[in-house]
Amino acid sequence: MTGWRAFMQPHRLFLMALFGGLILWCALSLRWDWLPEYAPLALEGLWRTIWILVVTTVLGFALAVPLGLAQAVGPWYLSAPAKAFCTVIRGTPLLLQIWLLYYGLGSLFPQFPWIRGSELWPYLRQAWPYAVLALTLSYAGYEGEVMRGAFASVNKGQLEAARAFGMPRLTMFRRIWLPQAIRNVLPTLGGETILQLKATPLVATITVIEIYSVSSRVRSDTFIVYEPLLLLALVYMIIAGIIAFAFKKVEDRVPDRPRRG
Amino acid sequence: MTLKTILAAAALGAVAATATLAEEVKIGIAAEPYPPFASVDASGTWIGWEVEVIDAVCAAAALDCVLTPVAWDGIIPSLTGGQIDAIMASMSITEERMKTIGFSDAYYNTPTVIVGDKALDLDATPEGLKGKILGVQASTIHQAYAQQYFTDAAEIRIYQTQDEANQDLVAGRIDATQADSIAMADFVSTDAGGCCEIKGTVADDPAILGQGVGAGVRKGDDDLRASLNKGIAAILADGTHAAITSRYFKASIY
Amino acid sequence: MESLLDTLGLSQSVQLLSLSPPGWGGNLLRGLANSLQIALGAFGFGLLIGLFGAYGKLYGGPILRDLLAIYTTVIRAVPELVLILILYYVGSDLINQASVAMGYGRVEISGVVAGIWVLGVVQGAYSTEVLRGAIQAIPPGQLEAARAFGMPPLMTLRRVTIPAMMSFATPGLANLWLIATKDTALLAIVGFSELTLETRQAAGSTRAYFTFFLAAGALYLIVTLFSGAIFARIEKWARRGQPSLKEGNR
Repeated sequence: MTGWRAFMQPHRLFLMALFGGLILWCALSLRWDWLPEYAPLALEGLWRTIWILVVTTVLGFALAVPLGLAQAVGPWYLSAPAKAFCTVIRGTPLLLQIWLLYYGLGSLFPQFPWIRGSELWPYLRQAWPYAVLALTLSYAGYEGEVMRGAFASVNKGQLEAARAFGMPRLTMFRRIWLPQAIRNVLPTLGGETILQLKATPLVATITVIEIYSVSSRVRSDTFIVYEPLLLLALVYMIIAGIIAFAFKKVEDRVPDRPRRG
Repeated sequence: MTLKTILAAAALGAVAATATLAEEVKIGIAAEPYPPFASVDASGTWIGWEVEVIDAVCAAAALDCVLTPVAWDGIIPSLTGGQIDAIMASMSITEERMKTIGFSDAYYNTPTVIVGDKALDLDATPEGLKGKILGVQASTIHQAYAQQYFTDAAEIRIYQTQDEANQDLVAGRIDATQADSIAMADFVSTDAGGCCEIKGTVADDPAILGQGVGAGVRKGDDDLRASLNKGIAAILADGTHAAITSRYFKASIY
Repeated sequence: MESLLDTLGLSQSVQLLSLSPPGWGGNLLRGLANSLQIALGAFGFGLLIGLFGAYGKLYGGPILRDLLAIYTTVIRAVPELVLILILYYVGSDLINQASVAMGYGRVEISGVVAGIWVLGVVQGAYSTEVLRGAIQAIPPGQLEAARAFGMPPLMTLRRVTIPAMMSFATPGLANLWLIATKDTALLAIVGFSELTLETRQAAGSTRAYFTFFLAAGALYLIVTLFSGAIFARIEKWARRGQPSLKEGNR
C-alpha cells in the first residue's frame, strides 16, 4: 500500500477536492434532465461502439500479422504491396477513407444493377459493414507497420535453433516466431487500441448509430451543447482507462522478454 | 453589389440609418451544399436562391454582411457561441428552436415531401412507409417529424447533409427521404435523381414543421432582428424577392 | 492520350479535376492550402505548448506536474472529434464572454485561428510527451557541464537542450506533423473549408464521389510522402556528429 500513500500527498487532496467541486458544480448547475429519456439509446450506442471496437481490432490484428510478415521477410511481390497498403492507410485521413468506402462505393451501385439483386445486397445497404471494413483496414495498416518491426526483431538464433531441430516452418511460426513477435508489440498494443477507440466516432458520419451519434442526436433534439459532449468525453475516458488497465494486466502476466545478448 | 454601393445606399437613407451599419454581420450558411438554395460552384463562390436573397436583404437593410459557412449540425451552437451573428440557411421557424434562438420574419415557405424510388410503392403516410428505410438530414424539422410520426413504421437513418441522403437514395441504400419540396423538385429533375419521384406531401404539423423559413438571431439581438425584418419586408415590397425567385423557380415560394 | 483516357472512362474525371472552372481542381488545391496552413499553425502552437509542458513535467512543482498529467491523459483518451467540438464551442464562447465582461464586445474569431487553437491544444498533449522523452534522453552530463560553466538557464535551453534533443525528438515530431495534417480533415465536421470539406462539396455537387475522394486521398498522400522525405533530412541533420543509433537503442 506504499504506492497509495505516496499518491495521497496534501496537494493531491487539494486538487481532488477542487475536481470534486467541479464535478459537483457540473452535476448541479448544468442541465441533465434529458438523461433519462436518452439513456436507453445511449446504452445501445455504447454497446455498438464497443462491438465495433472489438470486432475491428481483432480482425485488423489478424490482417496485420500477414502484412507485417510480408514486409519483414516476404519476397518483393508480397512485401511491396503490403508496404504500399500501409503507406496509403497511414498517409490519408481515416475520415476520407470511410467516405470513400461508403459514398464512393455507393455511387457505383446504380451503374451495376445486378448488385441490388445479389444476396449480399441486404448487407451492402447497411452502413455498419463499411464502418467495420474501414476501421479494420485502418487498424491493419497501422499495426502492420508495427508487426513488421516485431517480426524483424525476434532473435534470429532461436529461429535457427528451431530449424536445426528440423521443426516444420509452420510450427516454427506458430510456436516461436509469432508468440515472440506478439510479446514484442504488447506494450504498444494497448495504445494502438485506444487510438482505435478514438477513431470509432468517425463512423457516425455514415449513419452508424454509436455513442457519439447519440450525443449528436441529443444536441440536435434539445439544443443542449456542452452536457452531452462532456458526458461523452467522460465515457471515452472510462473505456480508455479500462483498455489501458486490461492490457497492463495481460502484460504483467507475460514473462519479461529475455535480454538480448 | 459592392461595399461602396451599399454604403452609398445607406448614406442616402441616412435618416433611417442605424448604428449597426459600420459593423460586419456574419451570416451563417450551411457549409454543405444545399442546391438550389446555397451551394459552391467550381470556382469556389457561393451561388443559389438563398445566397442572392441574403445579398438583397443585407443591401436593403444597409448591413455589411459576410457569408460564413458553418457545419449545419452545429449552426445553432455557432450562433449562440458567437462565431456567426445570424443564420440564413433555410432554417424553419419552429417552437423548439425558438426556445434557444430568435427568428426574423419568414422569407420563404414550402411544404415537406417524401421522395422515393420510382419502382417502390410508397406514400407520405406512416402506413405507406411501413417497413421502408427513410433517410433524413440531422438537426432538421424533417428529422424531428420523422421521429415523431414514422419511427414505428419505418427505419430512420440520419445523415449529416441532405446531399448524402440523396446520394444513398440513388444508391438504393434507403427507400425514401423526407425533405423540402423545392430542394427535392430540383433533385429529381437531375440525371442522378431520375431514379426517384416525389411520392407526396406529408400531413402538416406546424408545431414541428414550423411556419416558414426565417433568419435566426441570438436572443436579445433585437437590433439585428429588426434590421433583417426591415430588409426582408423591403425586398418583398419592391419586387426583388419575386425577381430572384423567378430566375430559379416557376412559382412563388413565399 | 485522349483516346486512352476515353477507353478507360477517365476523360470525365480529368475534366472534373481540371484546375479552372468547370473543373474543381482549383477548389481542392485551395482546400489543401487551408489544411496545410491550419496544420502548420497547430503543429507550431502544439510545439510551444509541448516545450512548456515538457519543462513543467520535468522540473515543475507537484501541482503543475499533476495538472499537466491530467491534461495529457485526458487529451490522449478522448477522441479528437469530441475534443474539437468541445474546444470549438467552449473556446469561442469563453473568449466572447470574457471579452464582453471586460467591455470589449464580441471578438471575431476566424475559422483558421479557431482551427489552429483547437488542433494545437490536442497536439500540445502529444508534443509534451515527445519532448519530455527527448529531453530525458539527453545525457545528463551535457546539462551538468553547461551548468558548471555558469550558463544561464535560457541559454542552456537554446544552446544545449534543444539542439541535443532534436535528434531524439525528430521521429516523434514527424509523426505528430502527419497526425496534424490528417486531423485537419476532422475540421470538416465543424464546417471549415479545408481539403476534406472541399472534396465533399465537389463530390456532392457533381455526384462523382469516387473521383474526388480518390483525388483528395492522393493529395494527402503526396503531403505525407513529401514531409516524410523532409523529416528524414532534418533527422539526418540533427544527428550529424552523433554515433550511429541504428543498433538496438530501445
